[in-house]
Amino acid sequence: MRIETPEAMEALGRALGEAAPAGTVIALHGDLGAGKSVLARGIARGLGIGGRIPSPTFILVAEYTEGRLPLHHCDLYRLSDPDELVNLGLDEVLGGDGVVVVEWAERFPEILPADHLEVRIAIDGEARDVAIAGTGPVSQRLGSAVG
Amino acid sequence: MRVLGIETSCDETAASVVEGRAILADVVHTQQIHVQFGGVVPEHAARAHTEKLVAVVRAALSEAGIERPDAVAATAGPGLIGAVLVGLCYGKALAAGWGVPFIGVNHLEGHLLSGLLEDPAPEFPFLALVVSGGHTTLYLARALGDYAVLAATVDDAAGEAYDKVARMLDLGYPGGPVVDRLAQGGDPTAVELPRPRATGLDWSFSGLKTAVRQVLQKTERPVVADVCASFQAAVVDVLLDRVVRAADETGVRTLALAGGVAANSELRRRAVALPGMTVVLPDRKRCTDNGAMIANAGRLHLEAGARDGLDLGARAGWQPA
Repeated sequence: MRIETPEAMEALGRALGEAAPAGTVIALHGDLGAGKSVLARGIARGLGIGGRIPSPTFILVAEYTEGRLPLHHCDLYRLSDPDELVNLGLDEVLGGDGVVVVEWAERFPEILPADHLEVRIAIDGEARDVAIAGTGPVSQRLGSAVG
Repeated sequence: MRVLGIETSCDETAASVVEGRAILADVVHTQQIHVQFGGVVPEHAARAHTEKLVAVVRAALSEAGIERPDAVAATAGPGLIGAVLVGLCYGKALAAGWGVPFIGVNHLEGHLLSGLLEDPAPEFPFLALVVSGGHTTLYLARALGDYAVLAATVDDAAGEAYDKVARMLDLGYPGGPVVDRLAQGGDPTAVELPRPRATGLDWSFSGLKTAVRQVLQKTERPVVADVCASFQAAVVDVLLDRVVRAADETGVRTLALAGGVAANSELRRRAVALPGMTVVLPDRKRCTDNGAMIANAGRLHLEAGARDGLDLGARAGWQPA
């Protein structure tokens, strides 16, 4: 999917947030500046979460409870040890009934549930090529709802 | 009143003893950091807190020359729940064992009140700019426990932008001090970078980071010092632009800087030069997470009569109010 502007990226996220069922796990992949934060903000908006959605890179996980479903926004960039995921409480939220957005999940792919949505953002000048793929029935349904 | 303060909300294990505005001890055990993927990696962060906290608290008490304090304060949030709980539970247990009062402290309130440890200290009301890797927020501190958020980042924190730019330039970690140092030898007007705006007074640093990336892609041999100086100028411009606007809107003309980026030389230099503003700069040692700011905030609330029960829980998303 070709995304030309940050607004279009946020709109894609919004569509994901609106369609995501409880228990959805979305792994975001893309280089610095690819637009992961913009997409995550869109997902929050789609869930009905207003206000600021700052980057969780340093705080590692941010939780928002005022939307249609709870949103857990995680960033594994600074983690080195899988034990840390337990301290993050990530093992609990990944099995919970909220929506989990994980940035830098490629660092610990083993923690992702079998059925999750993979979103890959490739930078092409000002534009972005976004590939969305579900790894199970629930995520495939979500992927086709926005694709 | 001698107050022991304990901080374990993120990467640092820290303890301090304060008495009034005097800091009797201030011990920070920075977690082992790895230069890996260009970022800091807190190894076993919460578990390491449990391993280091007893020694850190003992060191603080010994440095202060006391066996036990008159009260205990510990960070109760916001932060990683597992990490916060280590310091909070230990603090409560110490207070119970010693039979002294306990209070839970908001980590961000600790930062925004840290100017009160300086001499001269700001007087309420004042503006507090808490700017670090995890936070970029401008507070109006009207009185103890009465804070309003005037501006905050909508995406990356300023310190995070520093680290990501440092990573693009292969400067290693931590990025802030390196970019700051290199910027001193660069031309801040050499590279044209945007001064991004968000709604109202809010900041956006994500676009600035992307602009630096684009410059690096377009330029064959970028002058690293010039990129650093230009980036730093853009960050400080937008940080202080909102401070000036907030000062105009509120009529409050005292500013306290706090957080890791408050150690940045350009931010400090230009903040103190703001016309018509009284600016309180924190000691560089106390910009990053530390126990003294927790002991200090705890002391102020304790002196105002506040106490917490031993049933106080950790609050991952607690915002100062």
